[in-house]
Amino acid sequence: MTTRSTYDPHRKWQPRQPGTGSGKTSAMIASLDAEGYESVGAPFGHALVAAAKVDPRIVGLTADLSKYTDLHVFAQAFPDRFYQMGMAEQVMISAAAGMAREGFIPFATTYAVFASRRAYDFIAMAIAEENLPVKIVCALPGLTTGYGPSHQATEDLAIFRGLPNLTIVDPCDAIDVAEAVPALVAHDGPVYMRLPRGKVPSVLRAHDPDYRFELGRARLIRDGSDALVISSGFMTMRALDAAAELERHGVSVAVLHCPTIKPLDTETILAEARKGGRLVVTAENHTRVGGLGEAVAATLLTNGVAPTFRMIGLPDQFLDAGALPTLHDRYGISTRAIARQLRGWL
Amino acid sequence: MSGTTAFPNMSLPRRAWEIRRKAVRMGEVQGQGYVGQALGIADVLAVSYFHALHHRPDDPEWEGRDRFLLSIGHYAIALYAALIEAGILPEAELETYGGDDSRLPMSGMAAYTPGMEITGGSLGQGLGIGVGMALGLRAKGNPAFVYNLMSDGELGEGSTWEAAMSAAHHKLGNLICIVDFNDQQADGKSTEMLCAEPLHDKWAAFGWHVQRVDGNDIPALVAAFDAARNLAEARPRVIICDTVMCKGVPFLEAREITHFVRVEADEWQKALAVLDATKPE
Repeated sequence: MTTRSTYDPHRKWQPRQPGTGSGKTSAMIASLDAEGYESVGAPFGHALVAAAKVDPRIVGLTADLSKYTDLHVFAQAFPDRFYQMGMAEQVMISAAAGMAREGFIPFATTYAVFASRRAYDFIAMAIAEENLPVKIVCALPGLTTGYGPSHQATEDLAIFRGLPNLTIVDPCDAIDVAEAVPALVAHDGPVYMRLPRGKVPSVLRAHDPDYRFELGRARLIRDGSDALVISSGFMTMRALDAAAELERHGVSVAVLHCPTIKPLDTETILAEARKGGRLVVTAENHTRVGGLGEAVAATLLTNGVAPTFRMIGLPDQFLDAGALPTLHDRYGISTRAIARQLRGWL
Repeated sequence: MSGTTAFPNMSLPRRAWEIRRKAVRMGEVQGQGYVGQALGIADVLAVSYFHALHHRPDDPEWEGRDRFLLSIGHYAIALYAALIEAGILPEAELETYGGDDSRLPMSGMAAYTPGMEITGGSLGQGLGIGVGMALGLRAKGNPAFVYNLMSDGELGEGSTWEAAMSAAHHKLGNLICIVDFNDQQADGKSTEMLCAEPLHDKWAAFGWHVQRVDGNDIPALVAAFDAARNLAEARPRVIICDTVMCKGVPFLEAREITHFVRVEADEWQKALAVLDATKPE
């Protein structure tokens, strides 16, 4: 007897339109250069080598991702201070905690999805609760790969913001990354840093020659009278580019770069938001749930500051696979999508 | 062992008895506690703190000390008893066990208690932390050992096996893991929840030097701890200790549920009386 198949091909994901073959899946190695800025190779790896030359406490650990987190630069310079822990994030984090207990300053690297989802309890209990100086540095934050939800850490900030003691950094560019490394070493406590790796653009000093990364501080990169964008990560680059485009249309947009997500620089944020008369918009490479936008909203409301407020960020969904430019457009975090949203709200 | 411990010539069976009695006293203070585990592990802790470990009671953070990690946070009642017996904690403090603002919380935490190296309790974390401490000690040229005490229940956590593989890969001859195999966990017998047997073969296959001993037999424990410490090979060592929950108090040993053994208000004194009747020299 034969049985009729109950397989329904329509239960599988359906394309929005018949595949055109255009666009190329952005691989894990995707970096964000070629958007009109000069770029720097592996700024994290080189900054860590520079820091390690003067501080023998620094060690590096990775879970089979040294090449994809730029830690290979450190591994080559300091092979005896580099620990390949294999594809085992739980023991990598636990071992980093153990090394911190023995007086070292471990930099532990993997992808943001694996740190936030798989190793969370180990980060919480072995590191954060103990306030140990482990620096967790993770590539592929937010939507920076086209591999789909297995690699897209769209909720890492939401996961980590709830952890006491943990400092959270979302750098924009090569300058932020390079200057954050010694700041992380100097900070006597645990840090989670999102990592742009590979060829990383140098953005901020092109707009603000005096820019310096300061842990825990936000900085106004550009002023403007119609809207204030408060952003972190590469969304600051996008916001600056969108602001330049809008300027040509007579719209004046200020950009406040906020690379430290926690503790948030509430003083600077409130001072800028209180200036009044401006639409306040947050922009983040992260789900709109639980990230920079909600942190800023809570800061404003609890301090009695109530401007017209909007949030740019990823939707509360598991996102599609595909090419990053397509996906950034689709989910509203490309330069032109940011400009379009701002114009629509003004 | 070095430093100043009271009654340096006291026998190990007597040390174990003192640990048992102090643990039962803490249980009496709080009216509850993981006394079953404490009674079961007392012999292992006596051998650890009064035979194997290099430590200084007056300086629990001495750089040269052997690190003793309590992965099983709920065994804190047992470790507090050992730390009191070793002179690291004052005996009077056992009256505060589990109380508000006590340095002796019911689940062990590093920030609270002198001599408590790590925060255990989220099971399956101690061995991985031990891997990092052993790597760190080696990098510093410090010859101290790391002892990690874990339970058979923790063998169900995948992180335990990540750590086991990692320790062998990194040839951590300065790491000694002690597995308390009492075959009890929250929902029943460990071997019926998620069976980890054949345990000797598993650890051996992961690259460890393995011993399995009666964890309530002090001479056997002394021999196993010595062998683990003196092994010339550069690989991690595990001592699987088969123990009896509630050991030393037969009316509690006989209870079916011993993970969080129920002890009635009037039974604490009965348990102490049983112990007092069997006090070793």
